Amino acid sequence: MKRYLLSLLASMLLSGITVAAQSAPEIRFDSEPGLLKFPDNIHLGEAAGVATDSKGNIFVYTRTGHPTISIGTSRAFAHGGSRLFEFDRNGKFVREIGQGLYGFLVAQQVRLDPQDNIWVVDQMSSMVIKLDPTGQVQLLLGRKAEAERIPALPLNRPPGAPGGGGGEGPPAPRGLPGAGAQSDVFQRPTDVAWDASGNIYVADGYGNARVAKFDRDGKFVKSWGSKGDAQSQFSTVHGIAIDAQGNVFVADSGNKRIQVFDPDGNFKTSISNVGSPSAICITPGGHQYLYSSNSNPPEDIDANGEIYKLELTGQVVGKFGRAGKLPKEFGTVNAIDCRNENELYVGEIGNWRVQKLTLHP
Amino acid sequence: MRRFLTCWFILVEALCANAAHAQMKATAQNVPEIPYESVRNFLKLPPNLYLGEAIGVATNSKGHVFVYTRSANTRLFEFDQNGKYVREVGEGLYGFEFAHSVRVDPEDNIWVIDEGTNLVIKFNPEGRVVMVLGHRPEVVAGAVATATGPAPPAEKYTFSRPTDVAWDPQGNIFVSDGYGNNRVVKYDKNGRFLKQVGSEKRGSEPGQFNLPHAIAADGKGNVYVSDRGNNRTQVFDNDLNFKTSYENVGTAWTVCISPGPHQYLFTSNSNPNGNPPGTWDITGEIYKMELDGTVIGKFGHASKQFGGFQVVHMMDCRNPNEIIVAEIESWRVQKLTLKPLQTKLSYAK
Repeated sequence: MKRYLLSLLASMLLSGITVAAQSAPEIRFDSEPGLLKFPDNIHLGEAAGVATDSKGNIFVYTRTGHPTISIGTSRAFAHGGSRLFEFDRNGKFVREIGQGLYGFLVAQQVRLDPQDNIWVVDQMSSMVIKLDPTGQVQLLLGRKAEAERIPALPLNRPPGAPGGGGGEGPPAPRGLPGAGAQSDVFQRPTDVAWDASGNIYVADGYGNARVAKFDRDGKFVKSWGSKGDAQSQFSTVHGIAIDAQGNVFVADSGNKRIQVFDPDGNFKTSISNVGSPSAICITPGGHQYLYSSNSNPPEDIDANGEIYKLELTGQVVGKFGRAGKLPKEFGTVNAIDCRNENELYVGEIGNWRVQKLTLHP
Repeated sequence: MRRFLTCWFILVEALCANAAHAQMKATAQNVPEIPYESVRNFLKLPPNLYLGEAIGVATNSKGHVFVYTRSANTRLFEFDQNGKYVREVGEGLYGFEFAHSVRVDPEDNIWVIDEGTNLVIKFNPEGRVVMVLGHRPEVVAGAVATATGPAPPAEKYTFSRPTDVAWDPQGNIFVSDGYGNNRVVKYDKNGRFLKQVGSEKRGSEPGQFNLPHAIAADGKGNVYVSDRGNNRTQVFDNDLNFKTSYENVGTAWTVCISPGPHQYLFTSNSNPNGNPPGTWDITGEIYKMELDGTVIGKFGHASKQFGGFQVVHMMDCRNPNEIIVAEIESWRVQKLTLKPLQTKLSYAK
């Protein structure tokens, strides 16, 4: 009977029928949860972002504290809260980058582009910050709100509501909810990616529900999406990745799907059998794979947590892991680095750690 | 009634747009382009030190460059004339909360304007505080609610988000004040109140302001105010009587007057924050003018790349052919070398 089921499964896979993800084969894997070695006085907080460069060095963008709010004369100002660290491939601490940087408030993501530039996405300053390999700021998208309002309003405020700008923010965009302004004004952005020509795509985000595209010099090109569950609409754009053909994979977390677009934002297809995609990554190389994490909510380790490996067509290759606190378990994975297909780094919100995973497919 | 409401709504929108998001294409015609080069890697910061929003920049008589920046905390850095880092001034100072401007007076005193503490702070050249204008509200009064409604009457010795400072040849002090008030205040050199023009109220008549954002004085003691929300530079005599207004060079974000026998006026039509669609095409350039308002030329454009400008917030023009600009949205200070105009000048008015 078991053999019959397996062969049925195999034939379904071969014939391209979408398989319920629950029945995806388990991929064996090992974990190295203590890879990163810290100096005595440095600790990871929530490991929101992790990424490697071409040399295998590891970058972690972490929430080390809440931003400090200080009282000005008529407004309140937010300072600090997140830090960016670099380690070598063996986990040895190399350096901190961007100490006291104006836009480092609430870490969301870090990514390395093909030239080893370091791109940081900050959810509270609503900025995307490009640093060159030496750690110098090269390009800025978005602008940190000048001030916070007292009494505090939720960060995820509707567009046009009184906000953090203290009267100096950009005008409220008109148009569909979540569509945002036709510019580099973000609302809690989550991720960044590039196509082969260096065009920049920003997942935006929690506040807005759009993808914004810029040319390599940071000039706004276009944006697409608005709040909703129809095709080309989003509910929490939580991640973005681009394949070698320039197709844009968007983790539409709230709608439990990955939507795929061409480079101009035209809808191509949707992948919807991998739970709620919270972190996605596409491997480089001739045969590309897509990893997607069905991360558990930080408040609950009895649900979800597994990571899927997929063909770019959406066909599930396998899955591994579950929510939990032990090695080989995951606490709200927020970032996956997949520069090597079978050697992943995952950053966890819940467990304040980075695990290096070795897959044995 | 519905029509009334509609009108009211539009009016409010228009006011808001004027106050905060003013952007205007310059009307000056046939203005020659002044060629320029930006010096690569001008400011050399030590490892682990970063500029945030480069809000204020000024040089002293030795060519040292002072940068007042909004990084995680607001800080004041000094560099030498070659851009080598010298020191931090006023580290952890009570008056540093949200940078707005730095200027250096003829005696090389360093003046800082902080819109988060409502203070104008004078340091001597050694970097010690020697005078404070304004008063930071006591923190024991509790957290200050974000202001709503009409501004309270402007007072002689307190500011409401002041923006800039200037001095006349006698050492009298002029403060543009600011986001909360809409006035310019004159103090004597010892900080005693003399006079003001404008008030807490916004206005567009001569002598009224809508966000006085920067200020400079010429060798005769005339005072030039970047009236940003009204898209004009207003000129006053030394007693703050209105003289004239320059309204053909776009939005007046900031102003600088070069020293020497033949003085020039520089004013920036900076691109607005947030890069609204289309604004890069009509804003971003800096104008060089005679003091009488004659436009000599313009340079620069909006761009996120090196050599372009991302919301110029302040300029230093101690040498009128070597302009140092501080930008908000690129966290950058650029030193620009202006080249002579290639063609015979055809002055535009």
